[in-house]
Amino acid sequence: MNKIVERLQNGIIKENPTFVLMLGMCPTLAVTTSAMNGLGMGLSTTVVLVMSNFLISLLRNVIPDRVRVPAFIVIVASFVTIVQFLVQGFIPSLYSALGIYIPLIVVNCIILGRAESYASKNPVIPSIFDGLGMGLGFTLGLTTIGIVREILGAGQIFGFQILPLADAATKKAGYTPITIFVLAPGAFFVLAALVALMNVIRSNAAKKGKTIAPATGCLAGDCESCGMGSCSGKTTVSKTSETVETKDKE
Amino acid sequence: MKELILILVASAIVNNVVLSQFLGLCPFLGVSKKIETAAGMGGAVIFVITISSFVTGLIYKFILEPTGFAYLQTIVFILVIAALVQFVEMFLKKKMPALYQALGVYLPLITTNCAVLGIALKNVTNGYNILQGVINGFGTAVGFTIAIVIMAGIREKIEFNDVPKPFKGSAIVLVTAGLMAIAFFGFSGVI
Repeated sequence: MNKIVERLQNGIIKENPTFVLMLGMCPTLAVTTSAMNGLGMGLSTTVVLVMSNFLISLLRNVIPDRVRVPAFIVIVASFVTIVQFLVQGFIPSLYSALGIYIPLIVVNCIILGRAESYASKNPVIPSIFDGLGMGLGFTLGLTTIGIVREILGAGQIFGFQILPLADAATKKAGYTPITIFVLAPGAFFVLAALVALMNVIRSNAAKKGKTIAPATGCLAGDCESCGMGSCSGKTTVSKTSETVETKDKE
Repeated sequence: MKELILILVASAIVNNVVLSQFLGLCPFLGVSKKIETAAGMGGAVIFVITISSFVTGLIYKFILEPTGFAYLQTIVFILVIAALVQFVEMFLKKKMPALYQALGVYLPLITTNCAVLGIALKNVTNGYNILQGVINGFGTAVGFTIAIVIMAGIREKIEFNDVPKPFKGSAIVLVTAGLMAIAFFGFSGVI
């Protein structure tokens, strides 16, 4: 029981994939134009995470170590395909809003990352709840970013008008939406603000002697840590980054 | 011909892969510290995406579609791309050492690039034939190269700027990317 609560807490708060680890930035930026889209994407990812963690953990003693990453990819891709058809069949409006980003859940760092670092080493029940915690943490992150962008960009939350809009024709005072926040550039600005905020929180925590798990993945300049980079094996990958760095110095 | 040019311009500039589609953000943020490395990465991406659009196009047209397995596209494409990048790396190492010298170190990084899978899927959803798909892939990769080289140029200058402490590192890069995205937004009326 303790383990389950600990895993959920770890995913949602301590190692929140969006706010703390900064993983899966591709969908985070692309689909958070509204809170609803963020929620839909988060829940789709959660389903894939839970199912793939479950199956990978179940098969962890069967899959040979050398072909584990391709095997993980096939498992994840299968669940993504299933989720894609479920969304397409039951929530067509969400399917058309998310579009290509649903199949791209396959290359989301979080899923292969959890498979590699947790599900492939731990028993089934904790792995399921690890996936659930991470997925809910991701959903929380996407929905929060979606809410911020929707309020700033349209004055709405989940499609409901929260801030009354100004109307120039009738001289009605109100909120003038900053449309750019629901467009592509707004995504970068919101994420930049989030990263800066986390930097402040981190340095404050460090002063108090607490440590927050460091950001990993793309934003830490660590491209190979996630996704299929691990296909080519850890040694080639680390060698590659060294070569790139020495090339940089030259 | 006119249609192909339209696809090329649309994919390279108007719907820029990084700045409006958010694909390939990882290398865009990670490998854009110097112009030379950024250009090398761009070259490798052009090479791989063009080949992979061709191969996935062939596989979809001649294997998946006739046999009715089109719904397996995500699984098939991702395996094909992963294998293809490894194969391209081995082939270059053996047969074209000069090109491998220039692009080789970037090739393993590309497997993590969701743009490669994104383009393969997009070619299918847009109903492109193989030639259109290859042009779309090439254009998208050129767009990626344009964005990452511009970003590297700006980042080399940012090094000398006095950036507020919380924004040091990736935050200021994201702000820069946002400003670039606004600039690229100006192209949206072109097509």
